[in-house]
Amino acid sequence: MTQRANGPDSRDIRPQQGVDTKDIREIVARRGDERGGLIAVLQDIQARYGYLPQEGLKEVAEGTGRSLVDVYGVATFYRSFSLTPRGKHLICVCLGTACHVRGAPRILEQFQRELGVGVGGTTPDGEFTLETVNCLGACALGPVVVVDGKYFSNVAMPGVKGILREARSGSTRLKEPAAQASAR
Amino acid sequence: MPEIGLTINGLPVTVDEGTTLLEAVRFLGWPIPTLCYMDGLSPYGACRLCVVEIGEGAEARLVSSCTYPAQEGLKVRTASERVLRARRMTLELLLASCPQSKTIQDLAAAHGVRQQRFKQEYEDCILCGRCVRMCEEQMMAKAIGFRNRGENRSIGTPFDIKSDVCRLCGACMYVCPTCQLRCTYNEPERAICGACANLTPPCIDKEQFNDMMCYMSPCVACEIEKEG
Repeated sequence: MTQRANGPDSRDIRPQQGVDTKDIREIVARRGDERGGLIAVLQDIQARYGYLPQEGLKEVAEGTGRSLVDVYGVATFYRSFSLTPRGKHLICVCLGTACHVRGAPRILEQFQRELGVGVGGTTPDGEFTLETVNCLGACALGPVVVVDGKYFSNVAMPGVKGILREARSGSTRLKEPAAQASAR
Repeated sequence: MPEIGLTINGLPVTVDEGTTLLEAVRFLGWPIPTLCYMDGLSPYGACRLCVVEIGEGAEARLVSSCTYPAQEGLKVRTASERVLRARRMTLELLLASCPQSKTIQDLAAAHGVRQQRFKQEYEDCILCGRCVRMCEEQMMAKAIGFRNRGENRSIGTPFDIKSDVCRLCGACMYVCPTCQLRCTYNEPERAICGACANLTPPCIDKEQFNDMMCYMSPCVACEIEKEG
């Protein structure tokens, strides 16, 4: 796992220094222990930290009375959960069929060139994580790119730089921290 | 216990309610091959080798007998042409994923699989989940489970590190039908014996194996070591 420095002026909503077990216990308690609550708990933790920390999963297993392997199985099953720390901004390029025929692979390549990372990679400065998604259900708007929960439609190659600029400026970040997790 | 009347291969039989088709058919003596089924573990229906045909005419369909409960008036065929064809295909696919497994090789030979049309993957696991259920239901440990999804699905401990709840009982390897999980020489801290395929068992020269149990009854490497 990579640790990254976090300046005081950061817009980041999540603390990067370690995991507060009390915090996670609170999240677990809020969601109760109903059977379907596990995914909601994991979503809340991901919204809080940007990823699912290892100690966090252990805490969830203890708090919900499940085995760690069950929690881990759910966490690794869903694409939207990440077990490794992500960058400050999450760029999600849709590669669904409609987006694909409208040029999504070239958009993705452009992002890779601009950021210098592959799919699933995080830039060394910890600013961006690049991911792909198989369909967002917004096929008429393709190619679609989602940055921190904000949707960009009909993205063209020259627009990539603008999207990155907008992300850096922070205007893509939605106000509700939970919105990022539920947008996907 | 209420009894249920059904027809298996044209023979009318009665079985207790709650019996699965596999148990009924095996009790009556017809053979059905299985890999993921094991007495004492909950049925899982993963290997699909236990398929039988139920219903008649256009209604006929294939079901996994290990998970299908006996129903009143059900007509079951355990070796119809359709069943045998499906079983051969399943075996061919299993053989493609684990061609080194002696168990699967034997089953394939016994069921007349004479060709291999698929790319061989040399996996060491068919994801039948026997070890997972063994760990949970008999050993009460829940140390291993399924991880990831789709073609990345695998069985193991969370985070791929030694589990706190694993007692190194070795039951998972003992029940493995493909007998490949034992051969984990490359990862000694997670391995238990690995003697089934390695000519030099790792337990001889690896000190980490001291506190591990070994089920390899023909393997006497540790005894030889003591003598020598």
